[in-house]
Amino acid sequence: MDLLWQGITEAIRLLLSGDPEIFSIVLLSLRVSLTATVTSLILGVPAGMALALSQFRGRRFLISLVNVGMGIPPVVVGLMVAILLWRSGPLGFLGIMYTPLAIIIAQTLIAFPIVTGLTLAAVQQLNPKVRLQIMALGASRWQMLWILVREARLSILAAAMAGFGGVISEVGASMMVGGNLLGQTRVLTTATVLETSKGNFDVALALSTILFALAYMITLALTVVQQREKTL
Amino acid sequence: MSLTAIRIESVEVRYGPKTILRIPRLSIAEGEILAVIGPNGAGKSTLLQILGLLQRPSKGRVFFDGQEITGSSDLVALRRRLALVFQEPLLFHGTVFDNVALGLRLRGTRRNEIKQRVELWLAKLNISHLEGRSIAKLSFGEAQRVNLARSLVLNPEVLLLDEPFASLDPPTQASMVEELQNLLAETKTTSVFVTQNRAEALMLGHRLAVIIDGQIAQLDTPQNVFSHPANEDVAGFLGVETIVEGRVLSSGDGLSRVAMGQHEILLTGTYPPEQEMLFCLRPEDITLLLPDSRADLRLDANVIPGTIKKVTPLETQLKVVADCSFPVTVLASKQAFIDLSLAKGKHVLLTFKPSAVHVIPKRLPVTEKP
Repeated sequence: MDLLWQGITEAIRLLLSGDPEIFSIVLLSLRVSLTATVTSLILGVPAGMALALSQFRGRRFLISLVNVGMGIPPVVVGLMVAILLWRSGPLGFLGIMYTPLAIIIAQTLIAFPIVTGLTLAAVQQLNPKVRLQIMALGASRWQMLWILVREARLSILAAAMAGFGGVISEVGASMMVGGNLLGQTRVLTTATVLETSKGNFDVALALSTILFALAYMITLALTVVQQREKTL
Repeated sequence: MSLTAIRIESVEVRYGPKTILRIPRLSIAEGEILAVIGPNGAGKSTLLQILGLLQRPSKGRVFFDGQEITGSSDLVALRRRLALVFQEPLLFHGTVFDNVALGLRLRGTRRNEIKQRVELWLAKLNISHLEGRSIAKLSFGEAQRVNLARSLVLNPEVLLLDEPFASLDPPTQASMVEELQNLLAETKTTSVFVTQNRAEALMLGHRLAVIIDGQIAQLDTPQNVFSHPANEDVAGFLGVETIVEGRVLSSGDGLSRVAMGQHEILLTGTYPPEQEMLFCLRPEDITLLLPDSRADLRLDANVIPGTIKKVTPLETQLKVVADCSFPVTVLASKQAFIDLSLAKGKHVLLTFKPSAVHVIPKRLPVTEKP
């Protein structure tokens, strides 16, 4: 119990003291995970819509891949990205292994199936007659997609929250492709692992408290938007 | 000579091995209201989607405004000349205004014009007070009014309605049918109105198509369809009803005196004199009597003389068609038939209570009469 209390006071002290090292870790975590979430939305929402609305050969197979992807362990994604970006790997020439960009790529791959899968479910849940009604109102293809996204927006916001929650909290991929380099690729989760392994439970607790608070605040903000939309 | 708005030829719709719609030919004239009635799953909604250019038939040709619809037709542009109203309101996120404005926005109409037209149609459907309200806070009846406004605001050349009032409670249903009847009479919009409700079909339709098992079983004026069903399937679905055009002579004390064919009859309810209406009589509400039994009658009962033209045995009863200057169908028990020693060619009296006459305030076709 002492340990927990110590951790929380240490977290407050670290935050209040404006420790530049902690701040750079927090900022990097936010930057990386928000970028990955936004990228996965940009890619995943259209992918989910396409899977929901079109009929083509192999569609079921792709959907099963998405569903598997929603539960794929981050370390596995980390390993795959690491193999690709490794100096002698197929994308090694890019020289982005152990950079924030590598973490963003890995986290995007983690969030993408989550966003795609939830968008797919959201659009499939809409009454099929809604599509007919939109067409009957004279919508072009793009206008129809836009209206459908608007209709599914609450679920898409939930997809954004789930995607962000998934990547801000993952540690395996960030560790493998980022390398946990101080000042360069150290994020909240990898720093927590490191501090715990060094026996600095107070610092580790402080970091996880910050992580929890961040995840909570961002999710809360999205929830507020979602619920306000719902009652509008 | 009226022009054809939509025509379909040799249309078939198949889902797998099953043919769910087969229509050799159907054309809808400009300004005409075609009512379509039929049991669930008969293919009514599929027909409407074909006419609305939302679905291509498996086989056959569809013409809109004289142009054949082909794979290279600009369907979006053509659909923008039509509008379709579904049974469920299917409104979108936002306010009532946003919803009614949606179709115009999709067409890139100028903001001022959108505002003007939306406000006009909100007023016509008596929902101006709901303009800024979120669709989440509408009753079902209000939502269906918004749905109608959303389509009518587009001034469509053809309006397709798929059981728009089926989910409403009966009083709301009745008033909305009447409002729609007035609006369509005002705009003279070509319409196809799918319904399961006989009164709606009678009130709105210039012609009535009965669809059974994916085929048009009968296509005629509603009066003819209801009083002369083409076959047993149609009769079984609609019930047999005598429908006669008539004119109100006088009205008062909750009763009206009307001219029906050569006869004058009394019916319950007050109506404006000289109004042309349709009067419906269900066969089970009419009793057959011999001409010498007038003494047994209640004072206010209607009595009209007729001659038996046709007798068809049904399971427990007999279906009797009598000629009273217009054909009237009566159901009689087999026993009564024997007791009265009735037969083809025999003179009889037909009697029914004033309350047995249903009145349909029909707006007779504006187009040419056959």
